Amino acid sequence: MATQILMPALSPTMEEGKLAKWLVHEGDDVKCGDILAEIETDKATMEFEAVDEGRIAKLLVPEGTEGVKVNQPIAELIADGDVGEEAAPVAATETKGGRQETRQEARAEVRQGETRAKPAAPTADDTQQAEAALADAEVPEGTELVTMTVREALRDAMAEEMRRDASVFLMGEEVAQYQGAYKVSQGLLDEFGPERVIDTPITEHGFAGLGVGAAFGGLRPIVEFMTWNFAMQAMDQLINSAAKTRYMSGGQMGCPIVFRGPNGPAARVAAQHSQDYSSWYAHVPGLKVIAPYFAADAKGLLKAAIRDPNPVIFLENEIVYGRSFPVPKLDDYVVPIGKARVLREGKDVTVVAHSICVGQMLEAAEKLAGEGIEAELIDLRTLRPLDTATVIASVKKTNRMVTVEQGWPICSIGSELGARVTDEAFDYLDAPPIKVTGKDVPMPYAANLEKLALPSVDDIVTAAKAVCYRT
Amino acid sequence: MAEAARQQDSAEAAGTDAALAKKFYRDMLLIRRFEEKAGQLYGMGLIGGFCHLYIGQEAVVVGMQAALKPGDQVITAYRDHGHMLATGMDPKGVMAELTGRAAGYSKGKGGSMHMFSVEQRFYGGHGIVGAQVPIGTGLAFSNKYKKSGAICLTYFGDGAANQGQVYESFNMAELWKLPVVYAIENNQYAMGTSIERSSATRELYKRGASFDIPGELVDGMDVEAVHQAGLEATEYARSGKGPIILELKTYRYRGHSMSDPAKYRTREEVQEVREKRDPIEHFGQKLVQRGLVREDELKATDKEIRHIVNTAAEFATESAEPAADELTTDVTA
Repeated sequence: MATQILMPALSPTMEEGKLAKWLVHEGDDVKCGDILAEIETDKATMEFEAVDEGRIAKLLVPEGTEGVKVNQPIAELIADGDVGEEAAPVAATETKGGRQETRQEARAEVRQGETRAKPAAPTADDTQQAEAALADAEVPEGTELVTMTVREALRDAMAEEMRRDASVFLMGEEVAQYQGAYKVSQGLLDEFGPERVIDTPITEHGFAGLGVGAAFGGLRPIVEFMTWNFAMQAMDQLINSAAKTRYMSGGQMGCPIVFRGPNGPAARVAAQHSQDYSSWYAHVPGLKVIAPYFAADAKGLLKAAIRDPNPVIFLENEIVYGRSFPVPKLDDYVVPIGKARVLREGKDVTVVAHSICVGQMLEAAEKLAGEGIEAELIDLRTLRPLDTATVIASVKKTNRMVTVEQGWPICSIGSELGARVTDEAFDYLDAPPIKVTGKDVPMPYAANLEKLALPSVDDIVTAAKAVCYRT
Repeated sequence: MAEAARQQDSAEAAGTDAALAKKFYRDMLLIRRFEEKAGQLYGMGLIGGFCHLYIGQEAVVVGMQAALKPGDQVITAYRDHGHMLATGMDPKGVMAELTGRAAGYSKGKGGSMHMFSVEQRFYGGHGIVGAQVPIGTGLAFSNKYKKSGAICLTYFGDGAANQGQVYESFNMAELWKLPVVYAIENNQYAMGTSIERSSATRELYKRGASFDIPGELVDGMDVEAVHQAGLEATEYARSGKGPIILELKTYRYRGHSMSDPAKYRTREEVQEVREKRDPIEHFGQKLVQRGLVREDELKATDKEIRHIVNTAAEFATESAEPAADELTTDVTA
């Protein structure tokens, strides 16, 4: 019987990829394990193997095609003697390490808890998000905008700061030769060499402490955690050594260091690899905590973080890495730490979010507008120091607040904002603020449960309507 | 490097000159008298919280410090008063920190366990057992990165030697050939747990073996032996060969902290070390026997030290507490 070969998902968050090259032709006989094609994701080029025997009847997608969606049929395979039967879709999902070093690839996959996941929900309307990306940004009139991914923006920020200051260096697992587990450090080894772009062993506690010592010694380390989940191994160094030293030394010594990496749930990687640490770090005096959404903020805030004399926790998001937004083309685009941004003005309800939830908030605002509710949207961008002044000014106007985050509800960013708003704007409130958060459970693996565990656009819409007493 | 214990007189054979010998004696005595005074002030309620005294271990920091060069860094855990005095930090500033006064090295906000002096290249003063080891390794990393030629002397105890991050640090230090000397001060008790009860292998100088880091056992009660071993170890690390471990066998006379009744060992055990191996008493006698100093010179030194310590104590008890508005300063820059 004929089967369809489908575009495989080669990472937990992959939604589409490029069919770089066919290694078989129509009419070829293939057996299990034969390499059929090379597929490029935004992170790597992977080889893709046959899992069934038969003859390639048809190549449905020509090589070189970009943006091939996961699960789209790319070829038809006919088993011997089954010519002419109706094709049934069967995903060929076995892959092996691509051109890059196979052992490293395998290890990185294990560390990321690689799964063959269905793609995550599609992103919000591109135009709308692109407009929001620079709402209220402080850029000179007429500045050229370049569209780039958040991943590229982060890389450019590091590269620019490394060019500017020889004491800046990057260390972490797979940051150099592998070009970054999530390809954020792509190209940095080539430009800056192995003395400044340093592959570490898998030793989070050790290299976080080593980074702190290097900062004490006058350097400006950027320490990448492959994901923030692994930073719990290093928590003592982040809090006790990095955050507290300035105070404990009576201001004599500080720790200028950036700890960065992807935070929050990715897709289908379950409890130990899907956690939002926003409120954990926002709790700690001595730290600054940044969680941007847009590429321009990712770039400008990372540059500010690298220059900051304090330890900075820089929370990125794996799913957002591949999203594209306009970035001002300026020689030195730095965004000040500690300032939230009003993305969209509205009179009916204030919605506050950070990181990936900003995208959901923008989608929700469109839906709400369709129902006659004008939401004012605030992207916090920095979580410590938290720009409560901007939030409170907005709530005094709208009299209602909804907060959105992926973290757990207890002692969350929303908890803090709710407390601050009731403290400082109680008389302005027309409804109790509502927190939209992740559910109070470890992240489940099953696709349906994972979806239920995370805040959705509809959750935001429902909450906004609730505080407006609309149903 | 030889792994066997160094003969006690090897340093003597190498010849410590009179000036250095007197300095050793004086520096060790300063730590001893300072710590006795700190214990006294603690008893009077003038020093609070945890206070870990260094009495008995003085030869270690004094011998090692003399092996350093300007620009070298020092880092340790929380039994740190001796290290601070050895690096040349002012006894008044250290004592004022112990009493929680504004004139202390950390403006009274750090206390006994958290003191720093960028000027004297003393990087703490860390309250978490073992956490200073990766930090010291990072200081060494900065030396290599900047090609400064400096080394970082990273102290830790027999207790910290069982912490995982120590071995994470060993691995990176050897992998990247970092200029770091790991000085394990083995005082034989991790708080109340003797090394026999805590460590599967007790030859701590061999703990770098699986990383190819050389190690040496040193009599930590003999300042000259420590100094000699320190010279060789710092030379090794400075030459670009990577890290090296010294295990300095020593003994603390007092409890783990002031609140430790030390029921885990006998009074006789402590007394025997005091009588037979005291680093200061023995060294003083040795100097007299060698004709390097006279008895009355030692007495004069003792008098001078007592004066310094008493002045520090007076300063520390008379100076002001930090102003209330200091509460919220120095959190971030």
